[in-house]
Parts: sequence; C-alpha cells; structure tokens
Amino acid sequence: MKATNTTIRVCMGTGGIAAGGVEVLDAFRKELELAGIKADVKKNCSMHKVGCRGLCAKDVLVDVIIGDKKTTYQFIKSDMVPRIVKEHVVEKNPVREWMVGEDYLAFHEKQFKVVLSDCGSIDPEDISAYIGVKGYEAAKKVMTSMKPGDVIETIKASGLRGRGGAGFPTGAKWEIAGKQDSKQKYLICNADEGDPGAFMDRSVIEGNPHAVIEGMIIGAYAIGADKGYVYIRAEYPLAVERLRKALSDARENGFLGKEILGTKFNFDIKVKLGAGAFVCGEETALIASIEGQRGMPRAKPPFPVYNGLWGKPTVINNVETLANIPYIIRNGDRWFASFGTEKSRGTKVFALTGKIKNSGLIEVPMGISLKEIVYEIGGGIEGDRALKAVQTGGPSGGCIPAAMVDMSVDYESLIKAGSFVGSGGMVVLDETDCMVNIAKFFLEFTQAESCGKCVPCRIGTKRLLEILTRITKGAGKEGDLELLEKLSKDVKAASLCGLGQGAPNPILSTIKYFRHEYEAHLEGRCPSAVCKELLTYYVLEQFCKGCGACLRACPAGAITGEKKKPHFIDSGICIKCGACFDVCKFKAVKKE
Amino acid sequence: MEQILEKILVEYRKSEGNIISLLQDIEDSFGYLSEDAINWFSKKLDIPASRFFGVATFYSQFHFKPRGRNVITACCGTACHVKGSERLINGLRKELNLSEDEDTTKNMEFTLEKVNCVGACSIAPVIIINKQVRGKTTSDKLLKEIKSLKGLKDEGN
Repeated sequence: MKATNTTIRVCMGTGGIAAGGVEVLDAFRKELELAGIKADVKKNCSMHKVGCRGLCAKDVLVDVIIGDKKTTYQFIKSDMVPRIVKEHVVEKNPVREWMVGEDYLAFHEKQFKVVLSDCGSIDPEDISAYIGVKGYEAAKKVMTSMKPGDVIETIKASGLRGRGGAGFPTGAKWEIAGKQDSKQKYLICNADEGDPGAFMDRSVIEGNPHAVIEGMIIGAYAIGADKGYVYIRAEYPLAVERLRKALSDARENGFLGKEILGTKFNFDIKVKLGAGAFVCGEETALIASIEGQRGMPRAKPPFPVYNGLWGKPTVINNVETLANIPYIIRNGDRWFASFGTEKSRGTKVFALTGKIKNSGLIEVPMGISLKEIVYEIGGGIEGDRALKAVQTGGPSGGCIPAAMVDMSVDYESLIKAGSFVGSGGMVVLDETDCMVNIAKFFLEFTQAESCGKCVPCRIGTKRLLEILTRITKGAGKEGDLELLEKLSKDVKAASLCGLGQGAPNPILSTIKYFRHEYEAHLEGRCPSAVCKELLTYYVLEQFCKGCGACLRACPAGAITGEKKKPHFIDSGICIKCGACFDVCKFKAVKKE
Repeated sequence: MEQILEKILVEYRKSEGNIISLLQDIEDSFGYLSEDAINWFSKKLDIPASRFFGVATFYSQFHFKPRGRNVITACCGTACHVKGSERLINGLRKELNLSEDEDTTKNMEFTLEKVNCVGACSIAPVIIINKQVRGKTTSDKLLKEIKSLKGLKDEGN
C-alpha cells in the first residue's frame, strides 16, 4: 500500500508532551510501519500555526496531511492512533468525531501571525526546516547588502517596540548602541520570562528557536556586537534543550562563529541559565546575574546601552522582539507598520489563560479589542459564567473590568486603564474570582521576589501584603483602603526598578474598579466566596441525602448526622477547609 | 564526592564559568548545595564561602538541604492559582503528612516544592512530578499517582 505525500504532525511542546505527545508520535511511527506506509512523521511545537495553532488546551493535536488536504484532530491519545491510521491514512476516510470543531476555527480567524507564522508548521529541531521557509535569508541579506545604519533605519521605520514590557522603540535602542565607540559590545536576548501567566517566550523558543537566533545575528550586526547571550529560565527545560541544539546547528551551518557567510562579521551566542529570581528580568539585574553576582538592579542612568555587561555597551532585547526582526527585514518595514495602531505597530503575542474556553497562545494585531480576544478568539468564559475582569501584564499589570471590555489592546490604552501590556500574559477572571484575593496573590509574589535592595520595595510590598492579608481575613480596619492607595503611590514613586514601581498596580487597579469588593471584605463578606476566613459552610437540608461523604471527609469532626438524614456542620468546629464542599455529589453543601 | 567536585572544577575553568554556573553544576550533581562542597570550592578558588552563599541564597533554584527521591513541583502561577493550585497543594501536604514549614518527608521519599510559573498556563493547574509535566490535574488524579509512587517503593523493599 503506497500513500503519496502523507505527513503527520504531532504537537510536542510542553503542553503536547504533558498530554501524551511522545506516546502519540511513537504510536504513529509503529502503526504506519505495520501498515507498510511511508509517511513523514514530524514533531511540531504544540503552540502554533499548523501543528496546534496555540490551542494547547486541546492537546494532543494531530495534523494528518494527505496531498494538499489537511485534517486536524484534537484530544488524541496513543490508543486512538490505530483507528486514524486505518480509516484515514489507509482508507482515506477521516475520523469525523475526533476532528476539531468550529471553536478551533474561530480561535484562528481573528489572529494574525508574524512571530508565530512558522511556529508549529516546522520542526523546531531541524535547521533545514527553518531554511526551507526562507530562514536565515534576512541575515544573509543584511550581511551582504546592507550597512548597519540601513538595518537600524529599517527597524526604526517599522515602528517595532520592545515586546518585553515597557515598549521602548527597538530601532532607537539599536541606534544608540551603534553610536557607542567601543571595541566590545554585547547583545543579550532576555528570555527570563518570569511573569506568572505568561509563556510567549517559551513557546517561541520551543517552536522556532532559529528565528530568535537570526534576529540576534541581525541585531548584533546592526550595533556591532560580536558576543551574544541568551538569558533563559531554567524552569523551561525543553526550550533550553531546543535552543542549545539550534545554536549548535546554526554554528555548523556557518550562521554563527567567525567570518559568517564569508563576510568579516563575527558573532557567537552563549546560553546563560537563570537560577530562579524574577527580578533578573530587569535589565541591570540580568546583567549582574550573567556576571555571576546576586541579581540586584542598579539605578539607571547609565542605561545598559551605554554601560552594560562588564561595563560595555549592551543591548537587551526580548525574545519576541528579536523573533520579529527576520520577518521585518524580509517583508519590509512598511509591511510591518501596516498592522496595528499608529503608536503600537505590528502584532503582539498573548498567553490567553484562566477561565476561558479556548486557552492558549494567540497573536493579534495591536489595537484589537479585548472583547474580540475574549469572546471570539477565546470563545467566551468557561462554563458560560460571567466575565469579571482580564488581568494583563503580570505582577506589574492590572485588572481590566468587564465593563471596559470594548477597549483597544495596545501599549497606550492599557497604561491609561491602569494596566500594562507587559510581556503578554492575559488571565481571564470570572464571577467566582475574588479581586482582593487576586491582588493579594500578586503582592505575595512581588513581596517574595523583591530583591531587598531598596527600602520602598522591600518594606513597602511587605506592608501592602500585610494590609491585604488582614482584609482577606476579615480583620481589615477602617481607613485600610486609603492607606493601601497612599502606600501604593509611594512605593510606585520611590522604588528603584520596575518590580517595585509596578508592584502596586494590581492593588490600585482592583481598588479603582472593584472598590465594592474591598468594602464588602471590610464588612466581613467575600462576595465571590473565595476568602476562607470569611466563609461559612452549611448544609442545604432539602438536597442532603445523608450519604455521609462529607462526614467522612471532614478532618475536624465538625459534621454530624445519621445515615439518610440531613447532616449538620457545626460552624464553631469547622476549619473551613472545603473538604465537604468538594466531596458532596448533590450540591448540598453551600458556602457563603 | 571529591572526584565529582574535581570534574566540576575542570569544567568551570575550561568554560570560564561564573559562580552561578558553578553552583548550578553542584546542585545538578548532588541535588543540593552542601556546606562541604562549598567549602571545598572556596579553598580551591580562593573565594570566601560567604560569597558563594550570598549568591546562592539570592536565587530560589538552590537548595541547602538534601531533597527527597521524588520531587513534586506545584506551579503557583496566576492561571494555576485561579484554577485551584492551593487546594492541590493542601491535599498533597495532607497525603504526604507535611506540616506548613516542611517540604521533605521524614523518610526522604518526597519533596514538595512550589514554583512561580512553569509557563504551561493553558493546561492549568500544573503539577510536575519528577520532571514530568502533568496538566489539568485534579486532587484525585494526583493522589492516585502519589500512592502508586509510594507503592513502587514498597515493592522495592
């Protein structure tokens, strides 16, 4: 039996592997061999374009491509593979009930892919696959036909701004670095993606590491650097592995090293593993960490472009920023500038997560409305509950309330709303989420991650967290909200680096939009029934079947009752662990 | 131990590493940073041990006590938080008999630790058991797996 042009793509990013991608890939190899079919079985990043297109919540996603007809399957397990091979690959009848549905198509319709355009369609571990989609052509073009100044002009004209958070114009940064009169300059790729709820950089490196490397080569050429570093989180083992392989393949193919592609340009890249400190995402802290010191930021100016790694001019660009570069060089600055808004050009990758139906990685033109992201791409809220807010920008960002869902998503609009594009995390919160608890969650994070160098951040975040903690425990005092607001403003104004300056944002934005929730806590109620100390558990007699499940689950012995008769929770003994609520099959346990 | 330390030292000198990469190599080889290992390097490199500890205590990746044979890492990122990671952690603590300030069981079988975010938010809540990522976890699934890990140990005995 001969099958012409059959390609199987299995999603193998972190999400795909967690869902059993390795087993599925093996099953395909085995089944195809048994059936005597020659097919091309490929690994693909779980996140992106063709392979999974970002919808890792539906992993393992599998593409079966026969000729030019592509079918995508969702939730595939290895034991489903024999049927797909038999019915689809051999008999040419796709297995309809396992195919992706309309929500999968809707997820992609409003997206526009630049950075992610090759992610997922190519094997990230195969350099020839990247070269096959015009990879490294931009680097060749730059090194053989453009002057460094031309490259900088092109990037400036494209309007590309840093995708790591603050949105500083990339071309302008390169221009300053290019003008520095120094024999030694450095280019650093910041892959220390520490924001909880963000995974764009991980996905780009797992899905298309060569685009990042190519972007670095072009940047280094433009500013005149011969050494580069990728500072990447050790928490991303798969991304590190793929990056290292990509670097060694690029070296073998003559894209890195001495006299690249026969020119006089030398450049090589080293990988530096982060050791688990969020503050190292900050430029000067990152530099200290590469130098082998405690990763503590220092005052700016001087900025790293003047005085950076080992005192030399250093450009630090984010992963996504660098991955944009080859596409801008290949397609032109006008092409790139034609997407997005006037001040925020191009596209942005977001990690859409939380209480959303289609959770995953998305790339959208700047200026799209939040509503389109949540309801069209994201497919709406899980369980069709009501949207409460969208948290953007991680621990330095804020919460956009549901009432503002029509707003445009770009650098300026988000800042105006009291939030931040940040690195691109977008966590959707529904009516069951408590906003005070969310603010406390972020303060726990920033307080623990504060490096302790400057007082406003070290002591300020601690005090802010203490106030939030007492509010969520029902011990809030009159005047606490005003105190939170005042202290927040002080910490913002006086902290040394972005961590402290952004840390109060989750508090300020939730007080601004959800003041009533704070007030309810001060009165001893948690309207969303999240804050443990403010809850009371009781049994709804009309639903209780007297099965005894709660009685057995209660670790405190607070529940009494005879078999087949309604049970009772003694609130004096109850430790509010929620065990009874979890085990009750009849929804007879209520918390308020 | 000395042999492994020598090997790390050779690698350190060859690759012009820094203190962080050196500490990462020690941690990789032994699972934690023992005082003996740090003092050994302090002498060999003529760098005060306080500098090693100063750097090591700054980064959450480093551990100063031996860890259990099975390492369970609970993701505490935003997406995992809103999807109930705290309840999973409490369930694990109960199952492993760990108090609030303990992270390793007395028999050195299990270590439970938290991580800020592993970036697998679309399959939240995420638990990593011995480097294998488990997405969309529930308490039931998790406890079953812990029990089977405990069972493996019993058979081994």
